[in-house]
Amino acid sequence: MHKLLTDAPGEKMLLLGNEAIARGAIEAGVAFATTYPGTPSSEISLNLFQISHESDLYFEYSTNEKVALEVAAAAANSGIRTFCMMKHVGMNVCADPLMTLAYIGVKAGLVVLTADDPFMFSSQNEQDNRYYGKLSGLPILEPSSVEEAREMAIAAFELSESLGEPVILRTTTRINHSSAFVELGTIHPRKTKGDFTKDPFNKVAVPAVSRRLHVKLLERWQQAQTIAETSPFNFVEGDGSWGIVCSGVSYNYVADAVNELGIQAKTRILRLGFSHPTPPRRVKEFLAGCAKVLVVEEGEPFLEEATKTFAQEAELTLPIAGKGESLFSRLYEFDPAMVRGIIAGYFDLPYTAPRSPELGDVPEIPQRPPNLCAGCSHRATYYAVKKAAEGMDTIFPSDIGCYTLGFLPPLSMGDFVLCMGASVSTACGFSKATDKKVIAFIGDSTFFHSGMTGLVNAVFNNHNFTLVILDNGTTAMTGHQPHPGVDMTNLNRSGYGRVSIEAVVRAIGVEHVTVIKPYKVNKSIEAIKAALDHQGVSVIISQEMCTLYARSLKQLKVRAFQVTDKCKNHRDCINEIGCPAFFLDGERVQIDPNACVGCAVCAQICPENAITPVKEK
Amino acid sequence: MKATRLIIVAVGGQGNLLASKVLGEAALLSGLPVRMSEIHGMAQRGGVVESAIVFGDAKSTIISDGEADVLVGFEPSETLRALNKCHQNTTVITNMAPLPPFTVAIGRGTYPDLEQLKTLIRSKTKQLIAFDAVEMAESAGSVMAVNIVLLGALIRTGILPITREKLEAAIRTKTKASFVDVNLKAFALGFGVSADVQ
Repeated sequence: MHKLLTDAPGEKMLLLGNEAIARGAIEAGVAFATTYPGTPSSEISLNLFQISHESDLYFEYSTNEKVALEVAAAAANSGIRTFCMMKHVGMNVCADPLMTLAYIGVKAGLVVLTADDPFMFSSQNEQDNRYYGKLSGLPILEPSSVEEAREMAIAAFELSESLGEPVILRTTTRINHSSAFVELGTIHPRKTKGDFTKDPFNKVAVPAVSRRLHVKLLERWQQAQTIAETSPFNFVEGDGSWGIVCSGVSYNYVADAVNELGIQAKTRILRLGFSHPTPPRRVKEFLAGCAKVLVVEEGEPFLEEATKTFAQEAELTLPIAGKGESLFSRLYEFDPAMVRGIIAGYFDLPYTAPRSPELGDVPEIPQRPPNLCAGCSHRATYYAVKKAAEGMDTIFPSDIGCYTLGFLPPLSMGDFVLCMGASVSTACGFSKATDKKVIAFIGDSTFFHSGMTGLVNAVFNNHNFTLVILDNGTTAMTGHQPHPGVDMTNLNRSGYGRVSIEAVVRAIGVEHVTVIKPYKVNKSIEAIKAALDHQGVSVIISQEMCTLYARSLKQLKVRAFQVTDKCKNHRDCINEIGCPAFFLDGERVQIDPNACVGCAVCAQICPENAITPVKEK
Repeated sequence: MKATRLIIVAVGGQGNLLASKVLGEAALLSGLPVRMSEIHGMAQRGGVVESAIVFGDAKSTIISDGEADVLVGFEPSETLRALNKCHQNTTVITNMAPLPPFTVAIGRGTYPDLEQLKTLIRSKTKQLIAFDAVEMAESAGSVMAVNIVLLGALIRTGILPITREKLEAAIRTKTKASFVDVNLKAFALGFGVSADVQ
């Protein structure tokens, strides 16, 4: 049985934040879950996917976040508790349905989880999604700990149901990827079948209906604010005159700092876990007892703006600060010592910062950047494209996935990366705006996510570029989640359809379509050259299963290669493809037989044919 | 209980996350509050995996520069890289078998000299326990047990209020059944490393 289905209320379990959230949803009786995977949210959906194999929970990996939220909107409007989860930038993709779903509302609880990523550990930006609460008018719950993540997941369903609208559960990486002991609660039964009652004058968002729905949204917003006034997730600690307002993980750093600075008697902390709509009465009462207030929050000055507004309404003139010079930054994540130092500075406390050792005499330590894996098919494709385009003046728009790493030397394939799907559409723009040869790269999962519409645009507007679809049969970057092109029997799952990328591309009307096997180097180069010669849109589909995925499915047939005495040290292998299975032993190039998977790409480019399979013993 | 802060650094695939899980479980068995966090986004692609484990009364799950009481490094150059997390009273435990980054393997960067690395760490911290944990893991039966060897050395220092018995109990419940014997042997070998090994 899946560990998150353990029916033992009161038992303590060491859980990852994302597991605690999945557990909370299960305890709340979630019956329907949709997602598009994205770090740092991916383990929530992975656990629910696994749980769906052994229970009547419906779970789907949707093609993108917009689709996921729309599927979820229908389920919640049919009276089924529904969970839709994504990383922060996924919220941009589903912003369209989110805004109007706030008008239409829901019948059963719908929780939309956004996993924000301050410091961008694995993201292209660090936007603060609390503003989506403001923009849509929907309530936000923000946990400060792993335990609270479970509690809030449950409370979010209840809140959503009582208000009749979606609730945003907002986490940050340090909640998703922290672990702590979580006390399990009772699992409530799932209601898996719903019904939809026709009510077009409340559910069909045409102007005349929406004008009334907006009024209702504002009423619900008011109701939510009233609930926030007395929510146990908004609490005060201490009764000193130095006020600190905080939410999310910042609360932990504040609480630790207050203890370590020994200022418990002088401070009071307002922790706002139900952070939108921010409760005015609660904040004003708090401010009334303070002489000076500091707002501690990662990201944007969301609570700071609210706090200052409420102070103005209450005609309070005390100093309130948050972001600013020698105060908190809008950049990156916070850490305990940084928060402690700024609190000490703001309240004029003597303070000595922790001292790291003096590291001036430590030699430069070589970097360990992430790299495409040994035998990764993307490396082979990039090499082939590079050879086919030799001598051309090129632009390589790329996309979001493992293959983004191809922008690093020695491959250096990737000139413009914006967001999911943008490789195709930016290729349209570059090919019109410049005279350069444009070759774009997109992964299979990303192609389904939001690459297809760009390709339709390219065919319709008759753009001139080559799109290379890197089809490794899975969503590799986030941990091998399926997508519509995946053979689900590999995962022992039946009852799924399968969409052929080649058929889609041909149906869109691309005239020049070639499927290549990237480990066959010369054949691939020839096919790509022909695609580059084509005027208009051409597509190369490069098919080879992700080696890590193949290994996990026990489909990888490893046959390690070695560098023989014929090697004359040209080093094309290292300098042009840079597979991490290579290492230098003195001046000689060697292959680590434990890392090599036997793709044989290096063997095909070695000018001396010096790389050969290791003989079976 | 005053917080004790432990940083574990490793290269993706060295079993850092399992080590953290075993330590967490042993803390539960010992009635010791524990919180941890990990950064492992690109681990499978050869990056660095860092775990922060805070024992005792603290709410934070991350550890600032200069605030780690113990640093356990699974790879010597990564131990050296994490030295900014330490202070002058930090105990550092490190495996000495290098896994050179790819940048070094292709001649774009120089791997630090191991003797100099030890001298540097020793001069900037309270004590250094440095040994070849790979060799020990191999003699326990699997190179995969490097993580558990290092846990042995960590528990031996007595810095954490976790006993050998509690940690062994956690190994029995939290590591794969087929690896328990190897892991217990690896733990015992690591535990045998006395604090004055340098």
